[in-house]
Amino acid sequence: MSDQAIVEKLKAKFSSAVLDVVEHRGETTVTVEKGQIVEVCTFMRDECGYNFLCDLCGVDYLGKQEVRFMVVYNLYNIATKQRFRVKVPVTEEDATVDTVSTVWGTANWMERECWDLMGISFNGHPDQRRILMPADWEGHPLRKDYPVQGPDREPYQGRLS
Amino acid sequence: MAVNTETMTINMGPQHPSTHGVLQLILDLDGETVVKATPHIGFLHRGIEKLSEHRTYHQIIPLTDRMDYLAPMHNNLGYVLAVEKLLGITDEIPERAKVIRVILAELTRLKSHLVWLACHALDIGAMTVFIYCFREREFIMNTYEKISGARMTSNYFRVGGLSADLPEGVADEIRQFAEEMPAHVAEYEGLLTGNKIWQMRTMGVGEISAEAAIDIGLTGPALRASGVDWDLRRDNPYSGYEDYDFDVPVREECDTWARYHCRLEEMRQASRIILQALDKLEEGPILADCPQVCLPPKQDVVNTIEGLIHHFKIVTEGFKPEPGEIYQGVENPKGELGYYLVSDGSPMPLRMKVRPPSFINLQALPQMCEGRLLADVIAVIGTLDIVLGEIDR
Repeated sequence: MSDQAIVEKLKAKFSSAVLDVVEHRGETTVTVEKGQIVEVCTFMRDECGYNFLCDLCGVDYLGKQEVRFMVVYNLYNIATKQRFRVKVPVTEEDATVDTVSTVWGTANWMERECWDLMGISFNGHPDQRRILMPADWEGHPLRKDYPVQGPDREPYQGRLS
Repeated sequence: MAVNTETMTINMGPQHPSTHGVLQLILDLDGETVVKATPHIGFLHRGIEKLSEHRTYHQIIPLTDRMDYLAPMHNNLGYVLAVEKLLGITDEIPERAKVIRVILAELTRLKSHLVWLACHALDIGAMTVFIYCFREREFIMNTYEKISGARMTSNYFRVGGLSADLPEGVADEIRQFAEEMPAHVAEYEGLLTGNKIWQMRTMGVGEISAEAAIDIGLTGPALRASGVDWDLRRDNPYSGYEDYDFDVPVREECDTWARYHCRLEEMRQASRIILQALDKLEEGPILADCPQVCLPPKQDVVNTIEGLIHHFKIVTEGFKPEPGEIYQGVENPKGELGYYLVSDGSPMPLRMKVRPPSFINLQALPQMCEGRLLADVIAVIGTLDIVLGEIDR
């Protein structure tokens, strides 16, 4: 099934939830409403064959676009060896998304990492703790307003920005 | 006499030789049976993703060396391929650069698998194999040094090609090594495969079914040993892998024994690919003809003002890929290493997300060792082939 056909299928099933479709360098990215993400992921897994979640991450677009965060799901179809990408916009005020760890077990640690480093919380996550940073750490380092040299330190004076 | 029936919680690591770095496992034990295993990671977190948002695309290459330090060239390869895809110059890479990339990627696979086999066997109690494996690994390390100047942190690939050509004579040395490698693999097999202790420590240990492996996100030899036939080199070829003839070993047993056989076979196939690549190696340019991305030749930089300006501009300012996002996966020795890059049109990535195979493979550890003996935890850590530098980034 071509990416185009999958986009059509998604649009037919979730007409109001599909916000945007972008193709860049031969890769298709579909942006969907965040309320529908579990349904979209289940549909992609069961109906379209995207049975493998390659990667899940958050992107901080501070100052670049209206909605601050995007949560990105990189999917893979092991049978047809195709990739597909789904994104959901997440606002700063309500930085939460429903967990997809019920759809793919592998999302468990990926979502923990996303929470730890980006500060996006996952509703219904079975075990949402920090994973890379120490348990008592304050702040979420991958956010754009978090200083690269760390908190309470003189900014690095060399070429870093 | 009262019998003690409650479980005991013990702490394994982060300073434990069998955890391959700084992995901490909290184990709940009922006698010698593991009831629950909870991995704690992050002791080696250096914030590579955060740092890369503050560096130009070229400056990130040395950072990628420091993730999977047992397979640095693979990390470089995945990263430069991702940037080339982002720039849309994948088709511009000269043939010689592609072939050298494949040779070094497969040498790196051998190097990584040699460390895996050495340490895995050592953990389980077969000490001799360690010495044999490190003998071969030493050749690869020396080759690395000749080619890139460093034994571990190679930083050799560049966006658009390579940083330098192969030194004289190295290709012949690699050929001789690749011809001898299958005999060495047979040697390791001779030490382990027929060994009753090795069989009992690996057969039926750390079983995971294909469905469970896909659900938990296992990739690489760990997934192929569960009967899933998926290798990115063959299925989504990059860097000219479609031109090579090699087999992808798949086993059905789903246990440590199967993973051991898969990796040994991969070592044989890697030497096969190296020999094919050496036959294809022809003289030619090693850097793409993309002046907006690649550094000019050094003699131009020191002899002409235009060359100096060109060099200066790329080094200080960097290049600016057009806004967009891409994902590039490569078949790392440990599984699928992926780079997700988002560009906003500036010379530094807006976001670089690494999909570290070890991080996701480690997630399967609790379900592979719960309900089994404490000693099997060591075998499972070894068979997952994790590298903490990559897990923690």
